[in-house]
Amino acid sequence: MSSGTTETDNYVRFDAVQKSYDGESLVIKDLNLDVQRGEFLTLLGPSGSGKTTCLMMLAGFEPATHGEIYLDGRPINAVPPHRRGIGMVFQNYALFPHMTVNENLAFPLQVRRINKNEIESRVKRALEMVRLSEFGARRPGQLSGGQQQRVAVARALVFDPKLVLMDEPLGALDKQLREQMQYEIKHIHDNLEVTVVYVTHDQSEALTMSNRICVFNEGIIEQLASPTDLYERPNNAFVAQFIGENNTLPGQVTSVNGNHCQVQTDGGATVEALKVNVNASGDRTTLSLRPERVEVNPEPGKFPNVFDARVEELIYLGDHIRTRASVCGQTDFIVKIPNASEHAVLQAGDSVKFGWSAEDCRALDVYQGA
Amino acid sequence: MATLENTASGPLLTADGTPLKVSLARSLRRSKLRGALLVLPALLFLIIIFVVPIAQLLSRSVDDTLVNRALPRTFVAFESWDRQSLPAEAMFEAIFLDITTGEKYTIGKATTRMNYEKPGWRSLIKKSGRKFKKKIKGPPYRDAMIKIDKRWGDVTFWQTLGAMKDPQTLGYFLNAVDRQYDANKHVIMKEKERRVYVMLWWRTFLLSLIVTVGCLAMAYPVAHLLATLPLRYSNLLMICVLMPFWTSLLVRIVAWMVMLQNNGVINSTLVWSGILDDENRLPMMYNFTGTVIVMIQILLPFMILPIYSVMKTIPPSYMRAAQNLGAPPSLAFLKVYFPQTLPGVGAGVILVFIVAIGYYITPELVGGKDGQLIGNMIAYHMQKSLNWGLAAAMGTLLLAAILLLYWVYDRIVGIDNMRMN
Repeated sequence: MSSGTTETDNYVRFDAVQKSYDGESLVIKDLNLDVQRGEFLTLLGPSGSGKTTCLMMLAGFEPATHGEIYLDGRPINAVPPHRRGIGMVFQNYALFPHMTVNENLAFPLQVRRINKNEIESRVKRALEMVRLSEFGARRPGQLSGGQQQRVAVARALVFDPKLVLMDEPLGALDKQLREQMQYEIKHIHDNLEVTVVYVTHDQSEALTMSNRICVFNEGIIEQLASPTDLYERPNNAFVAQFIGENNTLPGQVTSVNGNHCQVQTDGGATVEALKVNVNASGDRTTLSLRPERVEVNPEPGKFPNVFDARVEELIYLGDHIRTRASVCGQTDFIVKIPNASEHAVLQAGDSVKFGWSAEDCRALDVYQGA
Repeated sequence: MATLENTASGPLLTADGTPLKVSLARSLRRSKLRGALLVLPALLFLIIIFVVPIAQLLSRSVDDTLVNRALPRTFVAFESWDRQSLPAEAMFEAIFLDITTGEKYTIGKATTRMNYEKPGWRSLIKKSGRKFKKKIKGPPYRDAMIKIDKRWGDVTFWQTLGAMKDPQTLGYFLNAVDRQYDANKHVIMKEKERRVYVMLWWRTFLLSLIVTVGCLAMAYPVAHLLATLPLRYSNLLMICVLMPFWTSLLVRIVAWMVMLQNNGVINSTLVWSGILDDENRLPMMYNFTGTVIVMIQILLPFMILPIYSVMKTIPPSYMRAAQNLGAPPSLAFLKVYFPQTLPGVGAGVILVFIVAIGYYITPELVGGKDGQLIGNMIAYHMQKSLNWGLAAAMGTLLLAAILLLYWVYDRIVGIDNMRMN
């Protein structure tokens, strides 16, 4: 799934890469991926989908079973990890516990035989970048999780690599700290013009930070797109389900009309939808609809799709009210009603009308997952 | 929790006015008492079986009351003697009375002790004991005694009494390092042909050092394999490491005898394959070399296990991180991996060295003449020569050496950093 940009902009290229650990099954099945210079690319997927394996092959810790990886136009399959000059932030930071923060940061510079004064000033600058100037003499064990995380980022950047890999770097932090660190890493990326390949299984993290997101599932790329495209225009049922919340209505295509199609849902309703992953009438399909794109009691004639609904349950979440309702024979249909002034006030058991546009309702392939 | 402000007027108080510390101690007393009761049997067992006998034995290393009890009059007379010329009549009379009226058993034990100071004492007193009563009916004693045995006229015999006068002595310790007291209680070296222990001490330390280094060199890669192999292989390897633990020590040593002796498997194979002549078989058993080889094999698990237990806790990501930061594998190992294994290495080294320094069975069985260690000497003096004072002194010195090593280790590495398995 090449991104279609010109060759010179591609800093990292995976060319028909396959990877197997046991010789019996493929963890990565024919990966073709281009990472552009200066880009923040996130590899997103459930655990076991092959995203970390990709990162390990790029860093040089796992050899590719087949295919070639290019860095800045040069094949690097035969280059050992210590000659690749790629920075990396590990899942548990991997800060050397027997060295102080300063020594940790100086390590990549010392092995490069940079002179002492230069090392000192660069370590100082790197610590200032992550706002930890006072902590240079401490050991990693004496720092909090968030501070260790920042030291790990500083260490990965201190030797000015052009490419930085991050392997679920925020996984061990609590929610609030994680969100704060997301912005910090994003800002560092914007300021330093490095290329970042970031691995996570957290979709909100991916949406917040990335220029592009590459969704992995079972060793293949399901979709490679910008966060907006990925959320609003998922190409298939897996992506729609994995990114954000999603209502799914299984059904059968009854007629195709240009970009649109009509779908008879298994609950018996006829829905007007955008044709994405279906070809002809008779195809099985899964309709995908974001909960926030459903309007309660719309003006007549505004939407082609208006259905009777029965409110089953209301959950108050502060900024919005999560409403579970029965629509078209589906009892777990979710609608998010924003907590704005003059929003619809519903009670459990109310009969209402739900409406949505054909563009927001995407006819995708049959969803295989849970 | 009403009055928890720490006012300047006094300590923290609980709601009813008792000091917080008192309340805390009171509330924890029951559980502390219960905990103490649980460890009490083990504690008593340790004290009775371990601490008391060892303390008792160690006290023997300085105890020197045997001769005092056997020759009380002599030592009274000894005080007024100039220690240069032959003693006067009074001292002869004193020792005559001590020998003729003393309890035979006490005197017998004392003569053994006196013989350590100067060989000849035992036979002299034995002979005198038999003949004094028959031949000497009354004073003066001096000339009569010298007539029975002219050694009574030798002033050097009398002088050695000076070394046995005090109820405590450092004589056993001096003996353990080939030294002794002269007549004026100055420390001097023993005669050349009677010096054995200093050489033994050096040999013991040297052998322990060689065994420790050998164990370390072999254990480190094995421990690393154990810590990094996939589980089913590492389990198998672990069984191989532990197998010696489950096999009798004697069986293992005998197996080594079969392998290493002059007509053993290794020598025969070398001769058969033409590498060695039949006349030049390698002497690998009943000597220093044999002791080293067998002890390395026996003590290897003591080195592997502590190192392994530390390596197990080092995630592979450290080595990866070091390489990712630009260090070639060898440098990454040296700067990042090895320093983190030091606590395990320290524990293994100190464990192996301490066990090796007091080792007894292996040198006894395969050591031959030049593979005997200080441990064997202690056993010899405990069981054969019955010189318990010397055995106790050697044991004390050994214990002191170990404590010293422990202290040095603590200063350099820090005992808290050591991790036993």
